[in-house]
Amino acid sequence: MSSTTIALSDAPARPFTLRLHEWVITVDHKRLGTLYVLYALVFLLVGGLEAAIMRWQLVRPRNDFVSPEVFNRMFTMHGTTMIFFVAMPLVFGFANYLVPLMIGARDMAFPRLNAFSFWMSALGGLFLYFSFLGGDGLYGAGSAPDVGWFAYAPLTAKTFSVGHSTDFWTLSLLSSGIGSIGTAVNIIATILCLRCPGMTLGKMPLLVWLNLVMAVLVIFAVSPLSAAQLMLLVDRYLGGHFFDTQAGGSAVIWMHFFWIFGHPEVYVLVLPAFAFASEIIPVFSRKAIFGYPVMVLATIAIGFIGMSVWAHHMFTVGMSAGANTFFVLSTMAIAVPTGIKIFNWLATMWGGKIRLSTPMLFCVAFLFQFLIAGLTGVTLAVAPLDWQLGNSYYVVAHFHYVIVGGILFTAFGAFYYWFPKVTGKMCNETLGKLHFWLFFIGFHLTFDFMHVPGILGMPRRIYTYEPGRGWDIWNLIVSVGALFQAAGILVFAFNLIWSYLRGKEAGNDPWDAWTLEWSTSSPPPVYNYAVIPSVRSRRPLWDLKHPEDPDWRYE
Amino acid sequence: MSAHAVTLGDWRLPSRGCVGMWCLIAAESAIFTIFVVAYLFYIGKSQSGPQPADVLHTPIFYSICLLSSSVTIHLAVRGIAEGKVGTFALWWFATILLGGIFLFGTAREWTHLIRDEGLTISTNLFGTTYYSLVGLHGFHVTMGLLALIAVACFYFASALRQEHAERLEILSMYWHFVDAVWIIVFTVVYVIGV
Repeated sequence: MSSTTIALSDAPARPFTLRLHEWVITVDHKRLGTLYVLYALVFLLVGGLEAAIMRWQLVRPRNDFVSPEVFNRMFTMHGTTMIFFVAMPLVFGFANYLVPLMIGARDMAFPRLNAFSFWMSALGGLFLYFSFLGGDGLYGAGSAPDVGWFAYAPLTAKTFSVGHSTDFWTLSLLSSGIGSIGTAVNIIATILCLRCPGMTLGKMPLLVWLNLVMAVLVIFAVSPLSAAQLMLLVDRYLGGHFFDTQAGGSAVIWMHFFWIFGHPEVYVLVLPAFAFASEIIPVFSRKAIFGYPVMVLATIAIGFIGMSVWAHHMFTVGMSAGANTFFVLSTMAIAVPTGIKIFNWLATMWGGKIRLSTPMLFCVAFLFQFLIAGLTGVTLAVAPLDWQLGNSYYVVAHFHYVIVGGILFTAFGAFYYWFPKVTGKMCNETLGKLHFWLFFIGFHLTFDFMHVPGILGMPRRIYTYEPGRGWDIWNLIVSVGALFQAAGILVFAFNLIWSYLRGKEAGNDPWDAWTLEWSTSSPPPVYNYAVIPSVRSRRPLWDLKHPEDPDWRYE
Repeated sequence: MSAHAVTLGDWRLPSRGCVGMWCLIAAESAIFTIFVVAYLFYIGKSQSGPQPADVLHTPIFYSICLLSSSVTIHLAVRGIAEGKVGTFALWWFATILLGGIFLFGTAREWTHLIRDEGLTISTNLFGTTYYSLVGLHGFHVTMGLLALIAVACFYFASALRQEHAERLEILSMYWHFVDAVWIIVFTVVYVIGV
């Protein structure tokens, strides 16, 4: 122990390479969580740049800022990057950092598997972006994948996708998929096997519950994706015929395999967003969460129903009436547990002493935006309406409403909420509010108005359009919104760096919160807790602060 | 809850190795499901020969070998749990032998199909789905065998003791899974598919 103390005391004197080396070989869940999140932030900037290029191209009709080929690469790279290398690492980063702290554990169940999983995901990102250099192989300049983020057959066949860009895409998803499955295994084992004494399943913080269901979904959703990628590799490298229509193969089966992953993936991403909201809203309303058991049951219901809605992405492909009916009904059914959650969050806020700090601002915006995203989702679930709106900008607006308006907003809230725990410094509140309002305005300019050209018939993924179709003004507004969002992101990035260097000291528990992570120091020591805590209720820190009126009397 | 305070003594949680292995098995099952669905979907859709009924011979002997290796590995794990390292070693080597015989059977079948029947992974849809599904299973048997052999090396280094019983039991769960998958692959390829 004494040698550790000596090592810590001369920490600032150690050379940069040594500290870097420690980060590379780390198996600590907090460091790996931080690496995941930093990795996601870098790709958020890259994916955002790709979106900006597309918006600049579409700002007016017949624009020629980029060629059609480059535009195809941009929407493919933007989608793939944002889902697999921004959203997934963000989700896993927060889960990695918070789950062991919240259940009173010292690390994840399998620390080395944890490091392996992170580096596999990191390798996936490298594969994807190496395609810019090596996509065409050794001859000529490289090119990125241009087959769309769901890479429908037969676009991915050797005939239509020469060179290696599609190979890099599929290797990238396979590699990050292995990482995702590894992390999911780890999260489940951690939650089931490492809870501190007294923390029964019914006393876990909701964040832990939601991440448990998320990890189960990853296991059952990402594995089929990996299987489909293996088949694509067999087709491309060994001359197989899985998706080769000329040899009797089926292009539609790829769609099924992809969306069996693709739709549960939405819930993989949105459940952690719900998790952030379920922790932040009670603390900033100064009330315990309303309807804890119902929240847990709704989460599990979303997990189950979420596995059986995938083919609503395929109404426009042409399925049988029976299949259409089934997927219409299952898709509408999933709105029920989601609606229950929204009512529970509202009931938590009802009558509470609401503090509108930055984390809470983002969560309140999330409530309204996610409601609208859900409502447009229900309209798309109606198969006949989907035949009209499918593959239009209405769909693009809908899923960005979910992913940006729902997931990214709560993720920003989570950044402001847990930044003091991770760094020991408070985030600057003025800059945080500036970030919120810039991003809020930008979000609504872009994605509210994006519904309109979709209804007017503008298809997604077109690189330009003719003037005089009534789409011009809407596209201009959408692109202007992107500027506001970019400004918001830059303020956010500046705030993170500035607050890390110059922020106020946070102390252990700056928000007067109730879950275990706030009982240890900020940043937490390597071992998290000197003494493993034991809990008697869902709000152990409330019990500690209010021994005269502890929660466990009422639960 | 207020009635009894929780003490460290009666706080028991499942073993992380066991939970981790069940999760891995769930993920692997999902992967196999997709390959099995593809196989079933493409039965009879090949546009050229050879067809399964013309070239496949049901590998009954090799299947019996693989399935009985589940019994031997169970006996091996029970042996080490009771501290009988000798019994363990006997059944463990039997398991490796049976797994090896199964792989040999697959190799022979593939050699016959490629050399005599001219069926490769790129010949037709049957070839693509057959080699992928059986190959994916064979890959898992190979991985399992490597793990079994690694344990055997520890045995020869005299590093294996009764306290390792739980880890070996977790490894045996994987082996049982690989055997169970073979029942499904066998049914799909040699019963439904011909």
